[in-house]
Amino acid sequence: MEEKAIEVKDLKKYYKSIKAVDGVSFNVEKGDFFAFLGPNGAGKTTTIKMLTTLLNPTDGEARVNGKDVTKDAFGVRKSFGIVFQDQSLDNELTAYENMYFHGVLYRIERKLRKEKIEKMLKFVGLWDRKDSFVKTFSGGMKRRLEIARALIHTPQILFLDEPTLGLDPQTRNHIWNYVKELNKKEGMTVFFTTHAMEEAEKYANKIAIIDYGKIIAFGTVAEIKKKTRTKTIEEAFLKLTGHSIRKEEGSSKDRLRAQAKSWGRM
Amino acid sequence: MRGAYVLWRRQLIRYVRSRWRMIGTLGQPILFLVALGFGFGPIYAKAGGGDFIQFLAPGIIAMTVLFTAVFSGMETIWDRQIGFLKETLVAPVSRFEIMLGKTLGGATISIVQGAIVFLVTLVVGYRPESWIMLPLAFLFMFLIGMMFTAFGVAIACNMEDMQAFPIILNFMIMPLFFLSGALYPLEGLPKTLTIISSFNPLSYGVDGLRQTLTGISYFGFGLDFVVVVFVSLVFFILGSYMFSRVQV
Repeated sequence: MEEKAIEVKDLKKYYKSIKAVDGVSFNVEKGDFFAFLGPNGAGKTTTIKMLTTLLNPTDGEARVNGKDVTKDAFGVRKSFGIVFQDQSLDNELTAYENMYFHGVLYRIERKLRKEKIEKMLKFVGLWDRKDSFVKTFSGGMKRRLEIARALIHTPQILFLDEPTLGLDPQTRNHIWNYVKELNKKEGMTVFFTTHAMEEAEKYANKIAIIDYGKIIAFGTVAEIKKKTRTKTIEEAFLKLTGHSIRKEEGSSKDRLRAQAKSWGRM
Repeated sequence: MRGAYVLWRRQLIRYVRSRWRMIGTLGQPILFLVALGFGFGPIYAKAGGGDFIQFLAPGIIAMTVLFTAVFSGMETIWDRQIGFLKETLVAPVSRFEIMLGKTLGGATISIVQGAIVFLVTLVVGYRPESWIMLPLAFLFMFLIGMMFTAFGVAIACNMEDMQAFPIILNFMIMPLFFLSGALYPLEGLPKTLTIISSFNPLSYGVDGLRQTLTGISYFGFGLDFVVVVFVSLVFFILGSYMFSRVQV
């Protein structure tokens, strides 16, 4: 059997009484364009954090590129790139320096590094601002820089946690088309989350929907629509997860999570 | 080791760019040097101790190194808050290498700050016993810098934000400094204080610096060196271990 890009078996993350991720299992095939959808606080980011070795699972198993995320974290790290949901740039450095440090950390050889940095900064329209400090950037510019940074190297698997948040439609299309092209040409597996359902509908070939820490739907776009007897992924999503707003719960969960974490620490 | 290098370089860039912070962290040691040095100078001389500035200067340099190093290490908390820590943690670089880069970065900045304060002491009237020993003095600064950067990282790994910072400052860093013999001779102290001082690793750093710069030693150079190297290693290993377990 061919190795999967991502294999998740009964993965759990509990914080005291909160079950952020409660036994999810799914596979992502190599070359998939995989959308991981769910309301706020459903467990999307927590799952991504476990897959990218930032958080240890409470229980269960996860393999990325055939490597176990707890036993061979280093092996896992070599195989993916990521755009985080929240910021991860150094504001005190220039755009170019942020790119440069990333390039060195990912061991991209000098000449190629220079070329790629220039190419990606031009791609996101920040080349003329390359020597400006990131702290002078707007939210959208920072976002673009983070995406450019993640794409300096072509990872086997690319995680994108709400990558297009706060970007205008032009930039969004521009970026998605580029990622799609990498997916097609280089066979790069893409694992992304978004609240823009049309993005999932348009680009993903497979979708998983998570709610309250559990996977409640899984399949191709057509399969999910068929199963829920809906016309769009947005309708399917609302049908599966309900119309009530989760924001309150999401944030109180975050607060509890933070509390659970700070207990026993300083 | 490219990863360690690049993180080291990042710290230096940040240091050079934050001029205000640089000046801010130099204010305190210079104030101590001038106020205590000249304030207690006459009494010290009357008690037969000689020139207090000669005694105090190495202690103030050690203080500068201590504070700079701990703060550099604790910057990890800041990295966590701005999210940059995640970027380094998912990179295909071992935790050990990240820790090494951070520690060397902190130690390098500490030496630079120590050197600046050393120049200030010269202005105030301090004269080292022998200039030949100067490289050894810088070696001590480097080791103290490593020790306490690693210490700072170890603390930072257990903190979510800066809220506990005043506690760390007042209950760990300040006692380390005040009970190290940086400001007063360790000879003839009450027994309890002697015991506490001899368990304080900074005491050996201060003593080593004083030996190399002024030529006065309490523990002896050999013991100073061994303890400082040993504790630096222990803190480095401890910090590396804590850092390897960090989750964000």
